[in-house]
Amino acid sequence: MIEVQHLVKKFGDFTAVNDLSFAVESGQVMGFLGPNGAGKSTTMKMITGFLRPTAGTARIAGIDICDNPLAAQTQLGYLPEGAPAWPDMTPRQFLDFITRIRGLDKAAARQAMTRAIGMTELHGVLDQPIDTLSKGYRRRVGLAQAIVHDPDVLVMDEPTDGLDPNQKFQVRQAIEEMAAHKAIIISTHILEEVDAICSHAMIIDRGEIVAEGTPSALAARSRFFGAVSLTLDTQLLERARAVLDGIANSRYEVVTRGVETVISVFPDGTPAPATDLLAQVQDLIAQQDWPVRALALETGRLDDVFGTLTRKPRPLADAVDVPDAADVPDGGRA
Amino acid sequence: MSQFWTITRREFAGYFSTPLAFVFIVVFLLANGLATFYLGAWFEMGQADLTSFFMFHPWLYLFFLPAISMRLWAEERRNGSIELLLTLPVPLSAIVLGKYFAALAFSALALALTFPVWISVNFLGDPDNGVILASYLGSLMLAGGYLAIGSCLSALTRNQVIAFVISVVACFLFTVSGAPLVLDIFRSWAPQVLTDTLASFSLLTHFRAITGGVIDLRDLVFFVTLIGVFLVATMIIVDMKKGEGA
Repeated sequence: MIEVQHLVKKFGDFTAVNDLSFAVESGQVMGFLGPNGAGKSTTMKMITGFLRPTAGTARIAGIDICDNPLAAQTQLGYLPEGAPAWPDMTPRQFLDFITRIRGLDKAAARQAMTRAIGMTELHGVLDQPIDTLSKGYRRRVGLAQAIVHDPDVLVMDEPTDGLDPNQKFQVRQAIEEMAAHKAIIISTHILEEVDAICSHAMIIDRGEIVAEGTPSALAARSRFFGAVSLTLDTQLLERARAVLDGIANSRYEVVTRGVETVISVFPDGTPAPATDLLAQVQDLIAQQDWPVRALALETGRLDDVFGTLTRKPRPLADAVDVPDAADVPDGGRA
Repeated sequence: MSQFWTITRREFAGYFSTPLAFVFIVVFLLANGLATFYLGAWFEMGQADLTSFFMFHPWLYLFFLPAISMRLWAEERRNGSIELLLTLPVPLSAIVLGKYFAALAFSALALALTFPVWISVNFLGDPDNGVILASYLGSLMLAGGYLAIGSCLSALTRNQVIAFVISVVACFLFTVSGAPLVLDIFRSWAPQVLTDTLASFSLLTHFRAITGGVIDLRDLVFFVTLIGVFLVATMIIVDMKKGEGA
C-alpha cells in the first residue's frame, strides 16, 4: 500500500533523508523509530506530499505522490506532527470541514463523523473551540481528522506525544482497531509503543535505515538477548557475586536500585543455549536457597538496540554498579 | 468548485471567530467617517457627491487591508495547519483563491457597511448614483489589488507582523507611484513615457479614473491583471516553500 522508493531530501548541504526505501502492506503497522532529527518527520512529510523530495518518490496505493498528489492524498489520512488544527473551530466544525473538502456526501459525512468521533471519544467536547481543549483532546481531534474518511493508508507523526498514560492507551487501542484493514505508519520515540502496536519497526538515524524487522527481532539484537536476570535483596549481593563467579562461560552485570539488585547473567564465549543458562541459574538459586524476587530470561531490550544503533554512547563495562536509579533505563524484562 | 467554497466559508468564518473582526469594522467605519467629514470637509463642500469619501480610500486601505491579508498564510505557517491544509486532496489554486475571496468578502462587507454615507447624500441632495456605484466598484477593485499583494507577501513569512509591514510598504509603493507628488518629481526630467508608465502601474491612477465615473475597460483589466499576477505569485511562493520545508 505504501511504497517508498529511494527517497532523498536535502536542505542545502544538509541531507535529512538519504536514500530511504521500504514498503508497508495493508494490515501492517510500521513503527518509525529514531532520535530527534533523524528524518522521521521529513520522510512522513514527503510521503504525504507536503514536502517535495530531492530525489525518489513514494506510492500510495500505487499512485505516485509526486506525479499525482491529489489522487494519492485521497487515499491518505495524515496526522502531522503536533496535530495542528484551526484553533477557532470546534471539533464538529473541523470534522465537518474535512468531510466536505474530501468530498463526502451528506449522509456519508454524517456516518463518517459519528464513527470517527466514536473511535476517538470526542463526544464531550464537540462544541468547544479546539483552542480551549487539553493537549490530549487536541491530539484526538487530529486523529479523528486523519481517520474520518476511512483511508486505506494512515500516516501519523507521533500520535501519542504528550498524552497521559490513559490517553496513550486509548489512542493505541484506536490504532489497533483499525490496523487490520489499513497500512499504517507511525513515528514515535516511545519504545514501548513499538512493542505495543507495531507489527514492523524501523530504526532510522541521520536519514538512513539502521535496522528493520519485527519489534521482537529487533529487540533480539540487543546484548541482553538470552541473558538471565534475577532480582535479589541488595544485602545478598556479595554472596551472590561469589557464587555467580563460579558459573562457567558467563559474565554478569549488576544494577542496584535501593534495596533491590538486578543481576543480569550473560552467556559468554561459546554460546550455550539460553535455556541451559536459565537452568544453571535456577539450580544455583535452589542450592543457595536465595529469596529471589524475580527471575527472567531476557528476550532483548529495544532501548538497548536503539541506543547502540543510533550511536549514543552507553556504558558497557563488565560489571557496573549503579547506586542511583535515575540513569538506569527500564529494561524490557520478560 | 465546491472545495473552493468550503475553503472560502471556513476562512470567512475564521475572521469572525474573535471580536477583532467587529472591532476592525467599527474602526474602519470611524476612520472612514473622520476622513470624509474632517479631512475631506464633505459638508463644507456643499456638493451632492461622495468624492471626498472615496478620495481617502487608497490611504485608508493601505493600513486596513494588510491587516486583513497578513493572517492568510502567515498564521497557517505559525500554527502548523498549513501542513494539514496542503496535504488535503485540494488543488493549490482552490486554497489560494478560497482564502483570497474570503478576505475580499470581508473587506466588501466592511465597505458595504458605509452605506449610511450613501443614504445621507441621497437624503441631502441629488447625487449621480451611477458615479457612486462605479466608485464603489472601483473601491472594491482597489481593495482586491491590495489584498492580492498582501496575500502574496503573507505567504513569505510565518510572522504576521512582518507580513503586515512589508504589505503596507509594497501597497504604498504601488499607490504612491501615481500620486502627483511623486510624478512631478519625475516629470521635471524624465520623458513622458516613463512618467506615464510609472503612473500606469499605480492603483491610484486607475482608482481615480473609475471614481471619476468612467468605467474604462483598461482600468478594470489593470486591476484584474494585477490581482491575477499576485495570486499566481502566491501559488508559486506556497509551492516553492513546499520544497524548502518551511
